[in-house]
Amino acid sequence: MNLWFLLSVNSVTLGGLLFLLSAGFSLIFGLMRIPNLTHGSLFMLGAYFSVSLIAGGLHFWVAALLAGLGVAALGGIIERFVLRRLAGAELAQVLVTLGLSFMVADVCLMAWGGDPISIATPAALRGATRFFAGLAFPTYRLAIIVIAVAIAAALWALIDKTRLGAMIRAGVDDRAMAQVVGIRVSRLFTIVFCLGAGLAGFAGVIGGPILSVYPGLDQDMLPLALVVVILGGTGSLLGSLVGSFVVGFLYNFGQAMFPELAYVVLFLPMLIVLVVRPQGLFGRAAP
Amino acid sequence: MTRLALALVLLATLPFWVGNTYYVNIATQILIYAVFALGLNVLVGYAGLVTLGHAGLFGIAAYAGALIVNGGHGHVAAVTGALLATLATAAIFAALALRGTGLGFVMITVALGQITWGIAYRWISITNGDNGVSIRGRPVPFGLSLASATGLYWATLVVFLVALATIAIFAASPFGASVRGTRDQPQRMNALGYHVWMIRFLAFLFSGLWSGVAGMLFLYYNQFVSPQAVALGASAEALLMVIAGGTGTLLGPIAGAALVVIMKNVASAYIVRWNFVLGAIFVAIVVFMPEGLVPGTVRLWRWATATRRRRPAAPAPAPGAEGGR
Repeated sequence: MNLWFLLSVNSVTLGGLLFLLSAGFSLIFGLMRIPNLTHGSLFMLGAYFSVSLIAGGLHFWVAALLAGLGVAALGGIIERFVLRRLAGAELAQVLVTLGLSFMVADVCLMAWGGDPISIATPAALRGATRFFAGLAFPTYRLAIIVIAVAIAAALWALIDKTRLGAMIRAGVDDRAMAQVVGIRVSRLFTIVFCLGAGLAGFAGVIGGPILSVYPGLDQDMLPLALVVVILGGTGSLLGSLVGSFVVGFLYNFGQAMFPELAYVVLFLPMLIVLVVRPQGLFGRAAP
Repeated sequence: MTRLALALVLLATLPFWVGNTYYVNIATQILIYAVFALGLNVLVGYAGLVTLGHAGLFGIAAYAGALIVNGGHGHVAAVTGALLATLATAAIFAALALRGTGLGFVMITVALGQITWGIAYRWISITNGDNGVSIRGRPVPFGLSLASATGLYWATLVVFLVALATIAIFAASPFGASVRGTRDQPQRMNALGYHVWMIRFLAFLFSGLWSGVAGMLFLYYNQFVSPQAVALGASAEALLMVIAGGTGTLLGPIAGAALVVIMKNVASAYIVRWNFVLGAIFVAIVVFMPEGLVPGTVRLWRWATATRRRRPAAPAPAPGAEGGR
């Protein structure tokens, strides 16, 4: 099989996973104005939850859904009981998310141990799907791409077509004005935080068969999400989508061509975007 | 003045009255991290720019120093090269991070710090990856051997005092005042004709330089550096020192450094989970005492003893809330 084809497939898959991770991050940043530094931890936590659920006999997809919901609930708790206490003090909120990320990492180490755990690919999706011209496509990776595209479409519909989405967009654009016209922005915070956390947790589960779960996964994923959001611009779904695939390609091709410098390759477009267009490709200039 | 002299005498004679080498080493660690925290406080406290990428600068200095020493060059070349590398990296970090506004600044510094960590961890042919780089032997400046714990303590003390004096002079200087001005009233400073961006950039360089100095001290103390020193946790620890001691105060970071180093050593004797404790303390301090441990304790005490007669002092605004506009 052609190496470049395989690399591209892997890049698109990673891009899909990164989109699930960074869409929530971007929405939270857009609405609440804070970079949620627990986002990598939520991704890892979702994966670990599913490890336990699958070990308990549940089917992969049921476990993925439950783990996503569990992480969403945890996100809701973090927002309601910790971040809400610090409303208005954004710096304090960021520092709290940082402190929480250390606590989550340590709890995971305690509960699931230090060895990498791989999540088995669901039986129905093992093997490869053949396409025209004899090109084979790993079925599970294809499934991830389909799921990511479906969730992207659903998110777009949610944000662009529903009343809730209109309220979120209003909150992102001008929080004070949204409050004045009677939108309960604080409830939006909880909803968006749950949504973002749930997506991150779900992404952790479906990424599990590819990435496996290990201590430090959170630290590996967080900078990728940050780079995606810096590239794409905060609060923009389209930005997250484009940024995710750019980062997915750069990371995989970088790792194949300059294995030791993959991180630097990743860093270059971020540098260019920051110099040329600091608000990100699809972000709006700060008011 | 007498108190200052007394403190100096106590610090200089510390190896004689604590006796045990273990405690002398802890004192050295405290001084190293105090230099780091003092430098970080220039940015976090005085300039109001919160960064989580300073461990990257700390690590760049340590790695550059280690690689130069292992390349067969002298310690003068190592220290010079390491500090130049730190300044160059700090300039890049500052130029990029200052493109972000508000908490975008924090986010970019996290990304930059993590990328530095990724390089230290992945660029195995240069950095030896997770195994780290070790050096053999400490320098012998002016005939004073640093091989013993006491010798290294004194050398660290001298560097620490230089750092403290420099930063005290900085804080009292017109430049220090303009840095505080850009923290409190960036727009007004701009209207008054100050170049806000340049002031912040220079504050970043000045702050980064001390991270580099601390990184070199750390290298000579451990004779070893690994990606652990560059990780986000290291940046968070340093930030915790500054915040715990009280941002924007001269002596706060020193108290914070002592607190964190002692707690880390004590905690690790009883529990394996230092990271959990670090996170929990972080959350507790930010939620309950955002202005720092010392002022925070005073406030809680006042609130507990005299709630009825007057309202407790309003909590100080969080550092950097206005930053980066």
